[in-house]
Amino acid sequence: MINTSETTGPLIRICGLAKTFGCQTVLDGVNLDVNQGEIMVIMGGSGCGKSTLLRHLIGSMLPDQGHVELFGKRTCDLNKKQLTETKKKFGILFQSGALINSLTVGNNVALPLREHTALDESTISIIVKIKLELVGLREHADKLPAQISGGMKKRAGLARAIALDPQILFYDEPSAGLDPVTSAQIDQLIIDLTRKLHVTSVVVTHEMDSAFTIADRICMLDKGKVLKIGTRREFEDLRDSDINNVTNETELLIRQFLRGDADGPITQRIVNSDYEEDLLAVNEDSKLCWCK
Amino acid sequence: MKNALANLSPKALALIGRWAMNLSGQFFSLVGGIAILFGNSSKQISIEVIQLRKASRIALVDQMLRVGIRAIPIIFLVMSAIGVILPLQMFNQLDQFGQADQIATINAIAAFRELGPLMTAIVLSGFAGASIAAELATMSTSEEIEALESMALDPIRFLVVPRLVATVIMTVLLTILADVVMVASGMLTGIKLGLDSDVFLQTTRLAVTSMGFITGLIKAFVYGLLIGLIACHLGLSVKPCQGSAGVGQATTNTVVYGIVAIISAAAVFTLIFYSYGWLV
Ligand SMILES: Nc1ncnc2c1ncn2[C@@H]1O[C@H](COP(=O)(O)OP(=O)(O)OP(=O)(O)O)[C@@H](O)[C@H]1O
Ligand SMILES: [Mg+2]
Repeated sequence: MINTSETTGPLIRICGLAKTFGCQTVLDGVNLDVNQGEIMVIMGGSGCGKSTLLRHLIGSMLPDQGHVELFGKRTCDLNKKQLTETKKKFGILFQSGALINSLTVGNNVALPLREHTALDESTISIIVKIKLELVGLREHADKLPAQISGGMKKRAGLARAIALDPQILFYDEPSAGLDPVTSAQIDQLIIDLTRKLHVTSVVVTHEMDSAFTIADRICMLDKGKVLKIGTRREFEDLRDSDINNVTNETELLIRQFLRGDADGPITQRIVNSDYEEDLLAVNEDSKLCWCK
Repeated sequence: MKNALANLSPKALALIGRWAMNLSGQFFSLVGGIAILFGNSSKQISIEVIQLRKASRIALVDQMLRVGIRAIPIIFLVMSAIGVILPLQMFNQLDQFGQADQIATINAIAAFRELGPLMTAIVLSGFAGASIAAELATMSTSEEIEALESMALDPIRFLVVPRLVATVIMTVLLTILADVVMVASGMLTGIKLGLDSDVFLQTTRLAVTSMGFITGLIKAFVYGLLIGLIACHLGLSVKPCQGSAGVGQATTNTVVYGIVAIISAAAVFTLIFYSYGWLV
């Protein structure tokens, strides 16, 4: 089941990825390797470009610089057919679920199966039931996306992402907006998929509990750059360390993020910015950047 | 005074220039986008025709019902109204020359060659075009298109093809309905004006050549294609970051560009058919 022949290096490799929207640099030279069978958690403040990074990984956005390798091949070099084959081997859970609103939850999950496999309807309906049961939505198969809650949409999106038994799964905030029990179930599901089926996962999350439960390694993003990549242990040590033992500015920043402290270098940074000048419009032309 | 004008004119010129550039840029990107979409969807349609999968048949019938059924009453209403208006406007003039029977000819030619396809297409650019554009634009803004692409499902095959084919088929079918309704309504009006129903029918039959009927359907086919392509192109060009404003804009533009395209096409068609001597 696991195709090891083509995965000599890391399964996912991001090299020098850069992306600018207008005048806002969202990704600024991101480098990251994800190995087969591990759970990589990506953390960072809101709006720091985590979803944008995932979009580059699935090929729905093209980078200004750098490239992405999936299964050892650069995605930008693939032709259409190879790209289709690659896309069948990964699944993505979008931040909003991104269900097809005209199809019922069940049909949403069945969609990739109907389109990409030659299975007959009865087999597909069994698979759909299994996948929906995994996310606890079996009774809601006949509802339309508009008739279920935000958290349920997210879970339905997850069921759809795992419909084709992908080798890589990308999650954009899988447990945001879920109650603690469901959230824990989703975490368990992510762990099970990885440990039992050797799925490789990239999880974007803000929930510290969830991150420290599932992560093998953690990558901290800030202002479009990678601040630190380390094992869960390293991040746990940093979080629990005494503030006087941490001298490095970057580590202080990460420590504040992990602990969720209101005071620290992140808050300091905002105060030190040109906020006051901006308010007083001292240097209007040079400070403001109009992107059409 | 002269100085002020000289100072102003480069700015004004630049403004006009930019406006013209913008407009022509928009025009060419629309035409180019539609041409590309046409190429891609023709390719997908031929693949679909070869495979003839059950799922795509179901999707097509769904779209045909959606596009066509709700438009039927409106087409009925519009065409019966025209069938009343035209004979009434013509009657006095023609009657002076004892040619009142020719109302049937005029009515039939107008219906089959021009107004049947044209009015059907205009009604459908509201019904089909606007709803397709709004739907696809909403799907873009809610990341649905992106999700389809991430599952390696081609939005052209999956979304554009059934909508485009359904719009074309329904425009042609509804055009036939519109032709018949206008002739029937014209006949009823004629009878009220004292014309003989048998003579009316016979004159109508003489007026409607098979060429006239077929050129009407060719027009309907092309109008349907224009509506479908413009709606799908504008709907899919909305970016997720444009939000609901983008949806509104795509819908409005679809109706406006659709009607402009249909009427321009009508003029071009009639010119071509006339110069080939097909309008006899
Ligand atoms: N299509 C786009 N056009 C212009 N700017 C964009 C676009 N997509 C994202 N951005 C900008 O890129 C930045 C990062 O967005 P992104 O969605 O990646 O953030 P995020 O890290 O996922 O945040 P969150 O945790 O809130 O989901 C934002 O400031 C946003 O304004
Ligand atoms: Mg995000």
